[in-house]
Amino acid sequence: MAKPLPAPRAAIPFRLAFPPVSGVLRPRLVAVCLLLAALAAGAFCVGLTLGDVPVPVADVVAALTGQADGGTRFVVVELRLPRALTAVLVGVAFGVAGAMFQTMTRNPLASPDMIGITQGASTAVVAGIVLFQAGGAALQVLGVAGAVATAALIYTLGWRRGTTGYRMILIGIGLSWICTSATDFLLAHGSRFEAQAATGWLVGNLNGRTYDHVVPLALCVALLVPAALLLGRLTRTLQLGDDVALGLGTPVQRVRLALLATAVGLVAFGTAAAGPVAFVALAAPQIAQRLAGTAWPPPATSALTGALMVLAADLAARRVLPGVELPVGVVSGALGAPVLLWLLVRANRAGSGG
Amino acid sequence: MPFEGKPAPVLSALGLRLAYDGRVVVDGLDLTVPPGAITAIVGANACGKSTLLRALARLLTPADGAVLLDGGDIRAVPTRELARRLGILPQSPIAPEGLTVGDLVGRGRSPHQTWWRQWSAADERAVKGALAATGLTDLADRPVDELSGGQRQRAWIAMAIAQETSVLLLDEPTTYLDLAHQIDVLDLVIDLNRAEGRTVVMVLHDLNHACRYADHMVAMKAGRIIAQGPPGEIVDAALVTEVFGLHCEVTPDPVTGTPMIVPIGRHHTPKPPTHQASAHPPGHPDPPS
Repeated sequence: MAKPLPAPRAAIPFRLAFPPVSGVLRPRLVAVCLLLAALAAGAFCVGLTLGDVPVPVADVVAALTGQADGGTRFVVVELRLPRALTAVLVGVAFGVAGAMFQTMTRNPLASPDMIGITQGASTAVVAGIVLFQAGGAALQVLGVAGAVATAALIYTLGWRRGTTGYRMILIGIGLSWICTSATDFLLAHGSRFEAQAATGWLVGNLNGRTYDHVVPLALCVALLVPAALLLGRLTRTLQLGDDVALGLGTPVQRVRLALLATAVGLVAFGTAAAGPVAFVALAAPQIAQRLAGTAWPPPATSALTGALMVLAADLAARRVLPGVELPVGVVSGALGAPVLLWLLVRANRAGSGG
Repeated sequence: MPFEGKPAPVLSALGLRLAYDGRVVVDGLDLTVPPGAITAIVGANACGKSTLLRALARLLTPADGAVLLDGGDIRAVPTRELARRLGILPQSPIAPEGLTVGDLVGRGRSPHQTWWRQWSAADERAVKGALAATGLTDLADRPVDELSGGQRQRAWIAMAIAQETSVLLLDEPTTYLDLAHQIDVLDLVIDLNRAEGRTVVMVLHDLNHACRYADHMVAMKAGRIIAQGPPGEIVDAALVTEVFGLHCEVTPDPVTGTPMIVPIGRHHTPKPPTHQASAHPPGHPDPPS
């Protein structure tokens, strides 16, 4: 008779004598992260090979290592690489930011595209396009400014001897509708050409990304994602409610402000680079949480899920209709929603509600 | 226990004025919590007892006066350090869906952890001890939301135990529990106090439980302390009438001998007294049974 396997432990503690580091390892979380990273790397590579001029994988590698001919190098390194890098970075930024918003407010619906941050960025960018015929770097600056201004407004309007997640969500939803109305007004007000340019940005777009889009976002991600991962330790008490967190020695208001600032920075730069890519910030953390089997949206897993979502959506956007390149935002919602619904339905059937 | 052998800390309030949005709930309140004992705060709804507990746990900043721990203002103590000395379990806390008992109890170690030391030997010992003390060792891998109400409350208390504070404040720890589980939780509170000398302050709704389980009772009405002392010395029908507006008889608890409140209500009249009348002067000890 086969000996029954011991049940896999959800958490394995580890403790090193030197350096004096200790913590808890979650095997399922690590495995999910590795799998997601491998899938994302695969989607990244496939993205570099596909296009009007198909480039075999070997040539992609040659181009990346500087050994290909000029034409191939140009197509891979100058045209496709910035697009793929923007996709990864936007996915990481939105995934982490979504996880932080959801943890901070204890509400899975509190993603930056539900509480007005993204809408604030959109209004600013559309205003730039319609009123000032702005383009290029100016749009990125406007996107960042719009997101940060909206977040600042949510925080100050929500302040009553401190903020609560609930109040931030309600105020954010209010601001979100104000911004949406303003954007609609600007679109109606603008000329057809400007309105079309603005709409192209509004759905979330990776077409024609250059290193001008990659560099600011890469710097932001390099700075803020480690900060987000470090803040993760403090959010563990925040998940239990403000009073319990405070009782456990977490400076709740300061931590919430730090989380908000970090998450808004990620959303602002992500939106500035690619527009509001629909659904990623909302769904990636929830998908990650269900894959990893945790009770909270795990930040690193959310980052990888976000990256995979945007990369896969972009591949589909480029290949699904022959001869037509859809904006990535059109596909990300259509692709991400069924995945999330499937996970939710499966969880309900298994008896543990979503 | 990290605080074993040290003198129990003294928690007190001095000239405390507590207000929500300018509405004063508690004014000019002085209180010294007896160290190493179980104190129960009782009173009618909205008398300010939970507000007082929140202030003692520095969840609420006083409008005036101060809460002192060993003579120093708790607002001057860094948040984390205070969390290593004083624990608070708010009323009916909610765990995120799917969080396991082990993870919840582990969260209690937060004030003892750093970025690099997230699971020390002391953390593991404290969590295992807390799970054992609450009888939850076998349920450590179960999600908190799948437990019964009584088990869930034990899990939260286990979290507070793992925090290893010498003062533990509990806000209505028996709310929403059936009678057997209420007694279960209160017995656990006695264990914590007896075994480790923890100072416990709890807000209780049930006056009979307070009489039985508290060494020291604080009766509040409209933000003021009406009477305080050992339940056997302060509880009588007059006090209950004053604090709760309830007409009742007080008789010795047949099990513990502590005062037991028997409400009368509008539709009943007390039978001829067997051993004591419903009214005798406040502050007067109950006659022994």
